[in-house]
Amino acid sequence: MDQLDQLVAQAGVDFAAAADGAALEAAKARYLGKGGSLTELLKGLGKLDPEARKTAGAEINKAKAAIEAQLNARRDALQQAALEAQLAAEALDVTLPGRGAGIGGLHPVVRTLERVEQLFRSIGFDVAEGPEIETDFYNFTALNTPANHPARSMHDTFYLENGEGVLLRTHTSPVQIRAMQAHVEAYKDRDTMPELRVIAPGRVYRVDSDATHSPMFHQVEGLWVGESVSFADLKGVVADFLRSFFESDDLQVRFRPSFFPFTEPSAEIDVAFMSGALKGRWLEIAGCGMVHPNVLRFGGIDPERYTGFAFGMGPDRLTMLRYGVNDLRLFFEGDLRFLGQFR
Amino acid sequence: MQFSELWLRSFVSPDLDSDALGHLLTMAGLEVEEQDGVAAQFSKVVVAQIVEAEKHPNADKLRVCKVDAGQGELLQIVCGAPNAAAGIKIPCALVGADLAGFGIKAAKLRGVESFGMLCSAKELGISEESNGLLVLPEDAPVGTDLREYLDLNDTLFTIKLTPNRADCLSLTGIAREVAALTGKPLSLPASEPVVSAHDGVRGIVLDAPEACPRYAGRIIRGVDAKVATPDWMKQRLARSGIRSISALVDVTNYVMLELGQPLHAFDEAKLNGAIHVRFPQAGEQVLLLNGQTVTPAADTLLIADESRALALAGIMGGEESGITLETTDLFLESAFFAPDAIAGRARAYGFSSDASYRFERGVDFALAGQAIERATRLIVDICGGSAGPVNEVVDAAKLPARAPIRLRAARVRRVLGIQLTADHVAEMFIRLNLQVARDGEDFVVTPPSYRFDLEIEEDLIEEIARLHGYDNIPTVAPKGPISMLPRPEARRDTMTVRRLIASREYQEVINFAFVEEAWEKDFSGNADPVRLANPIASQMSVMRSSLIGGLVSNVVTNRKRQTTRVRVFEIGRCFAKDAAGKPVEGYHQPLRVAALAAGLAKAEQWGESNRNVDFYDVKADLEALLFPRVAEFERASHPALHPGRSARVLLDGREIGFIGELHPIWVQRYELGTAPVVFEIELDALLGTVTPAYKELSRFPAVTRDLALVVEQDVTAASLLKGLQQVAPVIVQRIELFDQYQGKGIEPNRKSLAFRVVMQETQRTLEDAEVDAAMTALTRHAEENLGAKLRA
Repeated sequence: MDQLDQLVAQAGVDFAAAADGAALEAAKARYLGKGGSLTELLKGLGKLDPEARKTAGAEINKAKAAIEAQLNARRDALQQAALEAQLAAEALDVTLPGRGAGIGGLHPVVRTLERVEQLFRSIGFDVAEGPEIETDFYNFTALNTPANHPARSMHDTFYLENGEGVLLRTHTSPVQIRAMQAHVEAYKDRDTMPELRVIAPGRVYRVDSDATHSPMFHQVEGLWVGESVSFADLKGVVADFLRSFFESDDLQVRFRPSFFPFTEPSAEIDVAFMSGALKGRWLEIAGCGMVHPNVLRFGGIDPERYTGFAFGMGPDRLTMLRYGVNDLRLFFEGDLRFLGQFR
Repeated sequence: MQFSELWLRSFVSPDLDSDALGHLLTMAGLEVEEQDGVAAQFSKVVVAQIVEAEKHPNADKLRVCKVDAGQGELLQIVCGAPNAAAGIKIPCALVGADLAGFGIKAAKLRGVESFGMLCSAKELGISEESNGLLVLPEDAPVGTDLREYLDLNDTLFTIKLTPNRADCLSLTGIAREVAALTGKPLSLPASEPVVSAHDGVRGIVLDAPEACPRYAGRIIRGVDAKVATPDWMKQRLARSGIRSISALVDVTNYVMLELGQPLHAFDEAKLNGAIHVRFPQAGEQVLLLNGQTVTPAADTLLIADESRALALAGIMGGEESGITLETTDLFLESAFFAPDAIAGRARAYGFSSDASYRFERGVDFALAGQAIERATRLIVDICGGSAGPVNEVVDAAKLPARAPIRLRAARVRRVLGIQLTADHVAEMFIRLNLQVARDGEDFVVTPPSYRFDLEIEEDLIEEIARLHGYDNIPTVAPKGPISMLPRPEARRDTMTVRRLIASREYQEVINFAFVEEAWEKDFSGNADPVRLANPIASQMSVMRSSLIGGLVSNVVTNRKRQTTRVRVFEIGRCFAKDAAGKPVEGYHQPLRVAALAAGLAKAEQWGESNRNVDFYDVKADLEALLFPRVAEFERASHPALHPGRSARVLLDGREIGFIGELHPIWVQRYELGTAPVVFEIELDALLGTVTPAYKELSRFPAVTRDLALVVEQDVTAASLLKGLQQVAPVIVQRIELFDQYQGKGIEPNRKSLAFRVVMQETQRTLEDAEVDAAMTALTRHAEENLGAKLRA
């Protein structure tokens, strides 16, 4: 049956030549449609005797199956090609930026405060706050700095017009007193008072303005009062904090004697980096000490039963050192080009 | 406090180099702020004399000098200094000298050979400025090494003294400290009494013994006030930063530096009768040495004689009674003034003096006699004259007490966290010159008269820590009871709020809390802001009652820097007068959050058509901050805002802030370009949130129906929604506004608001009838009570 083989081969050629679905259907009609070559051959079977019809019929059906297989294969191929063409046409420029809102950011100093809060929270410090218009009593007197004390001249204080006994706080230390008083009040009915561990970040004000001083700046106060809190603990906490904050195990930290009316003994804390632009230089970073007994008393706490340490740091300075900012004033100018660098 | 290392070492000289000495002082609490050699590093510079100075044959400004540098033969040196002249003595750097790294070689200058260099003070690092060669005294020995001749192997220390350590405001004080720290012996200058050569005495009356319990005075007659101050004294004064004035004044300053006792010399001829130390009488005036005439306040202590006020005690002498170069007889004062009687007074008159600085911090109250003897000795030695007897009046009961302090060994351990032996502690106290007695485990310690800072046990503990060395106290990880901090779920912290705002594309700023007064009027309508008494500048004179002014100024700043799209926020305190204010009476100082958006709604991008930010953009941001709580917004006017585009924000019926578009007049006045939209909210309202509560989910299908209502233009969406919600049957789960329409098909002055009503039951499928009934109830209520019509 050369004729059938030929037909199958020809169908294969015709199908392959069909460039799209319509051409393929037309080609199909030529073989399998009404009046198609194979249909005609099947029609012609009636004229054969039964024995020959059986043989010829089987041959023709075999050829038909072969043609249909070729047709389906071609159909799949065309569909695949069409899909590929569609996908190619739908391709995007994946390098175009994503649509949608952008993201803002925190102020760099607040970023520092957030880290400070997180680090101290991890050892059980809570965050306290206090008023910025503060009384002379909380800002000075309760911190063991009576009127005319020479330490008052260390703070150039902003006063309010017609404001007797009030001022803009010169440090966050008054929050120590407020926190102690609140703590004592909260546990007044208990035999033992739990330890008090707080930090108090916030804005403070001094009459001072140049490249390294801003009339408004930030401080973070820290206070830990308990039955067995010592200077060695203070050193441990502060050194641990500074190394964690700067993520530097080889940061040098030193404590040297200093004076604050509200701590005794008092210390100034210096750090020195082992690398970078400031390598090897001692940089003053915080003041600290054991809370003065008078201050504990003003806070309502018995200094015989409890001891405590306190420290005050400048987060503006911590931020400058951490990120290499060289001008304090940038923090307060609101320039988005600067602030946007800390997102 | 500035001083010369050589002077200090004449009292105590530890085996430490200058750097180690500086470190020792810093680590003992006497912070060395500056430490500089008095001259640059140099060698082979000697005293020389110019023997001849001829004009250089080839250069107008150069001279060829023949110099005797003690080298056996004269050196030919070419020099450009204008004052190079024959006869003067000058420093000469010999060939082979090293001037701070610059080597001196034999050279030819414009064809003339030169063997060395004649030096100015600046070239030797002795002073910052100089004008020509450093001219040395005529008696300077030629050939002597200059460093030795001028004592240049010396270091200047500047110490930043804390206010508690007044005892270190003298060389003696620092030497005592160094001796205590190092255990080295201390040798202070002797001050033998000067035998009186006449018996003239001026009476002294302590009218205010609390303020001045000790006053010593002495008449010295026949001095020559014009005599030159000896070079050694001038040099020590100069290296302490004190200019030489005249021999008598220099001596008083010298003794103050050496011992710490401020002294004053009166011209004996100008005094009348006894000296009184008293408080002022009404109307008294004093013309001070600095030329200022003051009318002393009632609490300013005076030195007076029987006819007038002479000086502000312990602060500054008077012009009319002071010594001059013509003075021959003087009355020398050495007194103790109580710190409380001096503190703050000089500052009140707008100046400070070396004397007041010391007295207000505390001068050794036992020192007056020793100091007057020392000064007399120096005056008589330098200026001649004869001293009378010292008249010292003391009210011993009014002198500061040095009460014994009990120190418990256990307390030292507890406060410092270190264990020290009793002997070790005792030895430290002895080194510090404290009187110490043992009482079992305890010490009873009496501080010396010069230590005003040792009053309580903790003060002694600090001394122990200092001498032990802060470095030697261990750095330990603290131990403490661990209990969890409360973290209420229905309360979030400020940092969370910050992060939320930032996630809505706002950049945090920190603006000054003191602002221009105009901002208060413009943005808050506040005519009575909290004013500063001493503002740093007029544009920072009042405390802000709103954060908006600062945010507007951020727009201005950034527009100047070509950024027109500005989205900023701030969290900070605002300040207002309020009689009921807490915790500080008279002031309300809440923390607020404010945000501002100006310019394009979205950053410049390719994907969507852009437009300027509007009210609803910013409202969405605020709603997101409050979520899941829902605020109400009521039209309200605000001085800062467009009256038609502003609202007050209420949460649970309480006003928590405002939102709106900035008023066009401020947009124009502040040159903002486009109108920013702002809000300001109480921070506290944003910190409260809710703890979620579970409601059972329905397994039965929900039914959704729409309801389009036509209402008058001025009916608000919120009022309609609220009205519908009030009457909605229980099966109504939620009602949402999904469309607002005005225009074709709707009468003018009316609008259509379309609501989607979602109904569901948890236990069963809803029947059509009850859905219809619910919709009918809503429609009827809208028509009958809310003035709405069903949209056709």
